[in-house]
Amino acid sequence: MSVETVVPFVMVLIAALLPLSLLPVMIWAERKVSAFIQDRTGPNRAEILGIRLGGVIHAIADVVKLMSKEEMTPARVNRFYFVLGPFLALFVPLVSFAIIPLADSLNLGGTVIPLRAVTLNVGILFVLAVTSFHVYAVVFGAWASNNSFTLLGGLRSAAQMISYELGLGLSVVGTVMVAQSLDLGRIVEHQGGTLLGFLPAWNLFLQPLGFLIFLVCIFAETNRNPFDLTEGESEIVGYHLEYSSMKFAMFFMGEYIAIIGASAVTATLFFGGYQVPYLDTDFLRAHSTGVLRVMLVSMGAICFVLALLYRRYHRRLTALYHDRRRNEARMLGGMMLLMGLAAVVALLFVSPLPEAGGQVVVAAVQMTTLLVKILVVSFFFIWIRWTLPRFRYDQLMGLGWKVLIPLALLNIFLTGALLVFSGRT
Amino acid sequence: MTTAVSAAIDAVRAGMGDLLEPEENRFGEAWFRASPENVRIVMERLKSEFGFDLFLDIGGVDGLDRGRSNADRFDVVYSARPAESSERIHVRVTLGADDPAVDSVSHVWAGANWCEREVFDQFGVRFIGHPNLKRILNHKDFVGHPLRRDYDIKKQQWLSEPDDLMDEMEKERAASAGEEPNECLLINLGPSHPATHGCLRILVDLDGETIRRSVSEIGYLHRGFEKSVEQGTYTHVIPYTDRLNYCSSVLNNVAYCRTVEHMLGIEITPRNQAIRVILSELARIMDHMVCLGACLVDLGALTNFWFLFNEREKIYEVIEALCGARLTHNYIRIGGLAHDLHDDFESGVRGLLRSIPAALADVYGLVGRNRIFLDRVVGVGVISAERAVSYGFTGPCLRASGVANDLRKDEPYYGYDEYDWDVVVGQNGDTHDRLMVRFEEMNQSLRIVEQALNRMPDGPVNVDDKRVSFPPKEDVYGNIEGLMNHFKLVMHGIVPPEGESYVGTEAANGELGFHIVSDGTAKPYRIKVRPPCFMLFSAFGELIRGGMIQDAIAVLGSLNIIAGELDR
Repeated sequence: MSVETVVPFVMVLIAALLPLSLLPVMIWAERKVSAFIQDRTGPNRAEILGIRLGGVIHAIADVVKLMSKEEMTPARVNRFYFVLGPFLALFVPLVSFAIIPLADSLNLGGTVIPLRAVTLNVGILFVLAVTSFHVYAVVFGAWASNNSFTLLGGLRSAAQMISYELGLGLSVVGTVMVAQSLDLGRIVEHQGGTLLGFLPAWNLFLQPLGFLIFLVCIFAETNRNPFDLTEGESEIVGYHLEYSSMKFAMFFMGEYIAIIGASAVTATLFFGGYQVPYLDTDFLRAHSTGVLRVMLVSMGAICFVLALLYRRYHRRLTALYHDRRRNEARMLGGMMLLMGLAAVVALLFVSPLPEAGGQVVVAAVQMTTLLVKILVVSFFFIWIRWTLPRFRYDQLMGLGWKVLIPLALLNIFLTGALLVFSGRT
Repeated sequence: MTTAVSAAIDAVRAGMGDLLEPEENRFGEAWFRASPENVRIVMERLKSEFGFDLFLDIGGVDGLDRGRSNADRFDVVYSARPAESSERIHVRVTLGADDPAVDSVSHVWAGANWCEREVFDQFGVRFIGHPNLKRILNHKDFVGHPLRRDYDIKKQQWLSEPDDLMDEMEKERAASAGEEPNECLLINLGPSHPATHGCLRILVDLDGETIRRSVSEIGYLHRGFEKSVEQGTYTHVIPYTDRLNYCSSVLNNVAYCRTVEHMLGIEITPRNQAIRVILSELARIMDHMVCLGACLVDLGALTNFWFLFNEREKIYEVIEALCGARLTHNYIRIGGLAHDLHDDFESGVRGLLRSIPAALADVYGLVGRNRIFLDRVVGVGVISAERAVSYGFTGPCLRASGVANDLRKDEPYYGYDEYDWDVVVGQNGDTHDRLMVRFEEMNQSLRIVEQALNRMPDGPVNVDDKRVSFPPKEDVYGNIEGLMNHFKLVMHGIVPPEGESYVGTEAANGELGFHIVSDGTAKPYRIKVRPPCFMLFSAFGELIRGGMIQDAIAVLGSLNIIAGELDR
């Protein structure tokens, strides 16, 4: 098998598995960040052989609980749509990940291999189309449940998502005009380099107004606070009121994957995607051996520091308790030590990389950069949720139609005017 | 203490001598008697001519066991006062046992609507001309009237059919027929809905998300408080009062004990006063924290809940160290306290005085100028001062409508007038003002607590009065008077003189009034509670009409309906 056939296959796998593997992290972060914001401890009880990972294990406990709960289907529901709803809710946000460029294309002796699952030259349109499909999941679930509360949730959802789709679509037009392309790959490439010599050339700085509108709309699209009217648990209890067990969980998983997807799109469109600030692909590729060394050194350093911290933690636990909690410090500390040692050994044997190897190293660095950006934006999502109250329905509509859409149009006009006067077209 | 010597009451004496016959009241309160056929005109004139515009309460008394004949078995007592003072007037109407009926006054005071329903429910007194005379606290299929003295409390009734409320809803629909062309969607908010803290049910008629009309059902937490307290002694009542407004149970203890002390003519000791003030204000702060925290959660701002409840937890810790209980304190006694303060109380409260303002500042920082929050609450659920007093609003909700009425200022008790603090008054009577009045009241309460703590007098906490306080142990064991005194208090209890008294106390939600009828025995003959929530919630339908579901949730949170007190 040639590289050209293997790489896309790997990319599809990554695009499908990355959001799924980030899911427990998101759930954990939601709980821990909210606990931090609210002066609480957050989850820290669930354990496997004493390993708690600061609460990540709770995600496993959740899965076990949700899987083993009784699956209730109320009488007089439309079964087909009742089941279709949660499946769509989980499936649709996963798809949007396929279009995100995870790193700059490989260039092996003239053959260009893009590092994303699907290469489309109308990438943005695909993203918008897929996001708008999410409304079906909610409306199907809400309507099929045959319940007045869920029906209200579904109605809210339909109105809200359709209204904010307009703002969302219009807000990215400015970005498209700047990059002169609908292709996400082109848009990211355009964000390499610097602005005025010191700012990364991210669309965040080129399109500040567009970014704000996009951010508000993407919050509304993912039904997150302050736009979680669809759920609105203190008012209409939510569109998934009648769901239980894994079907209920699927709505929630879908919500978090939608957040990860939305973060990925935000990072790609406005935070330079996979671009490492100040270091463009050519520079990285030219210094791939150095990059590898820096990576190994930093990895080694982090592992050693963590190993040291775990050692202290182990001592404290030994002084306080004699139970399985010490296992965590022992095992993870040992693992960190081994990884640190491995990094040191690898550092000793690093020789100048061949062209292809260098490109793979750079791709890994860029993927990591994208991941970090996704996590930062996701953190922002969580932060906002635990800070702001919820909008009222009519105010939400007013904001969408009367503020965001005119502003987005203004943004398009301003961008166009600037492009014309600066002679870029 | 209330005195009958006041301008408004004298004016009534002079101006309505033909309709109202003054009653002898040994506690110095203004009680009058009117004949049933004059009720309507009396109430109309009291309100329009003499300025008794703030509706307080309508209560019933069954005279079966206190020597009343069939011809004059039932009393119905109407209470009102002017909005800006505390000169209460009580008018008694006596009805016969055979189909007792009297004219409804629900057109005079909006708050009378639900109170008359309650009297109908509990005593079977009909109110002629009442727009919706049906049971309110008891179930619709309940047989009999439980507060009648001859009702067998051991009789159990099996009630299984819920009320669909459609009789009331159809009336409401007929009243506004032709207003909107759209077909409406009926939705039950509650009884177990995330926003109906406690247990309330609101049936709303929705046009889209707009509430066209609504009907409320209460009584889910009705546990026969007023019947239960007739079974024990006066001291036995105190733990029951804890369960009225369980967010601030000390205030209920205080309100009840004040009434009995008033009947006994007891002035509590200065140290007891200061302790009661501190605990009352801490309870007020806790109550407001619950209200604000829960309301903000319902608005979607979840973090404030923890910011407030962390502090509430600290207050609970101080109170737990004091009396061993967290929710139902049962700490106040008639004429005294369960025991004196412990040594660490002062340092504990000083710690609260430091930490609570910081938490309040945090919460205010999150919501005070938050545009989303302001959009949600400003101009939502507006009630004018006039409507508010007509409904019998008191406390923060009345002050939010711009009426500077606070019993702690108007009829100062426990030396509230000696402390330096301000009455917090709102302007618009909307949800925002109701919440912000509570917000600022917490700061004012902190001021009072600090001053009370600084000038905490030494001395005993229990009055030196043989009728209520145990004698010292050396007397009990050393001489016959002490022994007899102890024996009488334990075996018989506290015996207020025969008569009727109403004392109102400024509780966290407004005027918490106890109307106690004593027949000269150690058992209370009748205790009628005036719960502030009852009047607040009766206005709910009017407050949310025309708003959206989310407005209804915000309004409900800002009224701070506590089901324990609402349903009794």
